[in-house]
Amino acid sequence: MQVNGEFQPTIVAFCCNWCSYAGADLSGTNRLQYPANVKIIRIPCSCRLNPLFILRAFQRGADGVILCGCHPGDCHYTTGNYYARRRMTLLFSMLDYLGIEKERTRVEWVSAAEGGKFAATMNEFVQTVTKLGPNRRLEDLRCSKD
Amino acid sequence: MKQLPLSRLNDLFAAISAARKLYIPADDAAGQARFTVWQEGTALSKNLNTVRSAKDLFFPQVENLVGFKVTGKQIELIESRDPSEPFVLFGVRACDCRSFDILDKVFLAEPADTYYKSRRENGAVVTMACTRPAETCFCTVFGIDPTDPAGDVTCWQDEKNLYWRANTAKGEALTEMLPLLGDAGEEAVKTQQAETRKILGRLPLKDLDLRGFDGEHMMELFKSPKWASLSESCLGCGTCTFVCPTCQCYDIEEFNTGSEVKRFRCWDSCMYSDFTKMSAGQPRPTQLERFRQRFMHKLVYFPANNDGVYGCVGCGRCLQKCPIHMNIAKVIKTLGEDAK
Amino acid sequence: MQQGLKEKAIQLLKDGTVDRVLGWKTGEFFYDLTPAVFRTPEEVEKDFVFSVFSGANLSKYLIAESRKGGKVAAFLKPCDTYSFQQLLKEHRILRENVYVVGVQCDGTCDIEKIKAAGCEGVTAVREEGESLVAETLYGEKTIAKKDALLERCTVCKSHKLVVFDELIGEQGEEQDAGRFAEVEKLEKMTPEERYGFWRGELSRCIRCNACRNVCPACSCEKCIFDNPDSGARNKAAADSFEENMFHIIRAFHVAARCTDCGECSRVCPQHIPLHLLNRKFIKDIDELYGEYQAGADMDTKPPLMDFDKGDCEPSVVYKRGGEKA
Repeated sequence: MQVNGEFQPTIVAFCCNWCSYAGADLSGTNRLQYPANVKIIRIPCSCRLNPLFILRAFQRGADGVILCGCHPGDCHYTTGNYYARRRMTLLFSMLDYLGIEKERTRVEWVSAAEGGKFAATMNEFVQTVTKLGPNRRLEDLRCSKD
Repeated sequence: MKQLPLSRLNDLFAAISAARKLYIPADDAAGQARFTVWQEGTALSKNLNTVRSAKDLFFPQVENLVGFKVTGKQIELIESRDPSEPFVLFGVRACDCRSFDILDKVFLAEPADTYYKSRRENGAVVTMACTRPAETCFCTVFGIDPTDPAGDVTCWQDEKNLYWRANTAKGEALTEMLPLLGDAGEEAVKTQQAETRKILGRLPLKDLDLRGFDGEHMMELFKSPKWASLSESCLGCGTCTFVCPTCQCYDIEEFNTGSEVKRFRCWDSCMYSDFTKMSAGQPRPTQLERFRQRFMHKLVYFPANNDGVYGCVGCGRCLQKCPIHMNIAKVIKTLGEDAK
Repeated sequence: MQQGLKEKAIQLLKDGTVDRVLGWKTGEFFYDLTPAVFRTPEEVEKDFVFSVFSGANLSKYLIAESRKGGKVAAFLKPCDTYSFQQLLKEHRILRENVYVVGVQCDGTCDIEKIKAAGCEGVTAVREEGESLVAETLYGEKTIAKKDALLERCTVCKSHKLVVFDELIGEQGEEQDAGRFAEVEKLEKMTPEERYGFWRGELSRCIRCNACRNVCPACSCEKCIFDNPDSGARNKAAADSFEENMFHIIRAFHVAARCTDCGECSRVCPQHIPLHLLNRKFIKDIDELYGEYQAGADMDTKPPLMDFDKGDCEPSVVYKRGGEKA
C-alpha cells in the first residue's frame, strides 16, 4: 500500500501463542520499535499454520508472510514445530518453483525471552519486502485496494 | 460469394481487427486451439476445433453480475458487468454455431438474460466449413451440415483461397467493411463440399439412431436398468459439461473482497455432488442420478420442451476429453434398444 | 497378454473366487476404453479388453467397490499397485474384499500423442509387434509404440508390483529412468522464467476437476474445494490467484502420498503437465528427508507425518535450486 507516495508493504506474522507471541509482547514492553506494517495473528502453535493461510494472506493484500514459533525442541506441544518446519520448507520450495519470490516468505524461531530478536527480525523482513515491491504474482486483483 | 487468397488472410484479420475485437482459433502452448484475441502475428489454428467451445464468448466461465458496498446502514449497488462491445468471432464450426441456437432458447426466453443478450447482439459469427472431420464427429446425426454452417457469414478454405458468404444483415454489414474481399463463383465451394460429404459418409458415428429419444418414451428411458452400468465409472469431474457447447448450468456466488461483495456467476456442473443441493438434502444422491440427469436432459427433456431440438450438436468433445471415455454416443447406442 | 487376462477374469468368476471383476470395457475406436465392472463370464467375453490403451488406474474405484459387499477382482499394473498399497495404508480400501491380479506392463499409449503425430480421424488401432497401426478416415498410419507412450511410461519408475494375490507376467524391479529431468530443467530457470512458464500452463486450467477426481490420493469424502466452510471453495477460477491456489493446494494435499501414477496429466483436457508439480514435491522430499516412495510398503511413515530433530531449516530454500533472482 502507498503511504505518502512510498510503497509500504503489508506483512502478516503468524506467531505461536507460547513463545513468539510472548516474544513480540516482550519487545513491546521493552519499547523496542518495529514497523507498524506488521500484522500479528496469534495461533496456538506454529503447526496450526495451514499452507492455505499463507496463500490467503497474499490474496488479501499481504506482501510478505512470516511464521514465528518456538525453537525446535522447545515447542509447548513438544513436537508441533518439527512438523511445521517440514511443511513450510516444502511449501516455500513449491512457491519458489512457481516463481514466487522466495524472500516474501520466512520462518523464524523466536522464544518468549527474545524480544530483541523479534523486533530485529521484523525490521529486517520489512526492509527485504519493501525492496521486492508489492506482491503481484500471488495477487488477487479483486481484493486489491489501489 | 466473395473470395480472398489465403496469402492475404493476415490482412483480412488486420482489417476486421481495426474496427472490432476479433477472436480466432489459435494454438496454445500445448498445441491445442482456443479462441484468442487476434493481434499481429496470431496464426489461425489448423486444428479441427477448439478445446473450449465458442459458448465462452457469449456465456463466459466467470462473469461479474453486480457488486454491493455497505457503509453504515447504506447499501450501494455497484454496476460491475463487463462492458460489452461489438466483436467478431471467426472460425466457428457448424456444431458450435448450432449450439448458439440452443443456448438462445434458454437465455433469451422471457425474462431474457441481459448479460448474454448484449453479447449475442454484439457478436458477429463467422463460421468455417469443415473439410477433415474426426472420427468423434457426429453433427450430421442432429441435422447439421458441416459443409454449409450457419452464422452471420460462412467461410470455406481450400489450398488457395478463403471463400466468404454473408448470410444475415450483420454479415452484410461486416462484408461492407472489407473491400479487400474479391468476387467469386460457386464452383470451388461446391467441389469442396462434395469431397467432404464423401468423408462424412465414412464417419463411424453417422448412423447413431435417435428414434425413441423423445417425450413419449421418457419414463421407459428414465427407468432403464442400463444407467447403472453406464454411470458406474463416471468420476463426476465435470469435464464433459465444461467442454460441451450446449451445457448451460451456472451457479451464482458471492466473493467478499474485504471492501466490497462481488456477486458473480460461474459455470456449474450437474455432475458435481453438490449440484442443486438444498437444505433438505441432495435430490440426486449418487452419480447414477446425476449421470442420468445429464443425458436425459440433452436427449429427452430438452427436445420434449423445444420442438424436438436435441441438446447436443455432435461436436465430439466429450468423446475426446472424458477421462474414462464415457460419452453421449455410447449412451445413445446403449439405450437405443429401450427407446424403440 | 490380453487373452491371458480375459481368461483369468472368466476363471475367477466361474470358480467363485470373486463375484465381480474390475477391468476395462471396449469402446468405439479401440482407444476409448472405459473402466467397468464385469459380473458374468459372458460380459467378460463380450466386452473385456486389455490393450496398450488400458492406462486407467483402477485402484481408486476400489475404495467404493471394496465396500459394496462380496469380493471384487482388479487388474493392477505396477504403478497402480503403488496407489493400491498407499490407499491400504490410509485404510481406504478393505483389503479382504479385493483380489488383486498384478499385470506386468511395458508401457501404455497415449492417443493424444498418436494424433499429434499426424493421425487424424483414428477409427481403430492394432498392435503389430513393436508398432501400432492406426486405421483412420484418411488412410492407414504406423507409429512405433515407443513414440506413442504416455509421458509417465517413458520415465517409468518401477516394474515391481508391490502387492498382488496373483501375478500375470514376471515380477519386475524398480528403476531410475530420470523422471526428475523436467523438474530439474525448471529449477535451473530464473524465478521470472518459472513464473512465466507456470502462468502459461495454469492459465489454461478450466477447473474441470478431472485431475482431482481421477487422483487416487484425492479421496476425501468432502473436498476442501467443495466445502463452503473451508474458505477455499470455488467452482471456477475467477482470476490468476485462484488458478494458482487450486494447484498449489492440491499438490500440497497429496504431497508425500502421491505415488506418481501420472493419471492427473493423462486426463487433463488442456494438457497441463501437472505431474511436474507433484514430482517437485517428491524430489524435494527425497533430497531433504530421505528417499521415499509412497505406496512402496505398508510401514514407513509418510514424511509429512514424521520429523527428524536434525531436519534442515526452511531457509534452505534460499540456498537450493538453480538461478537466484
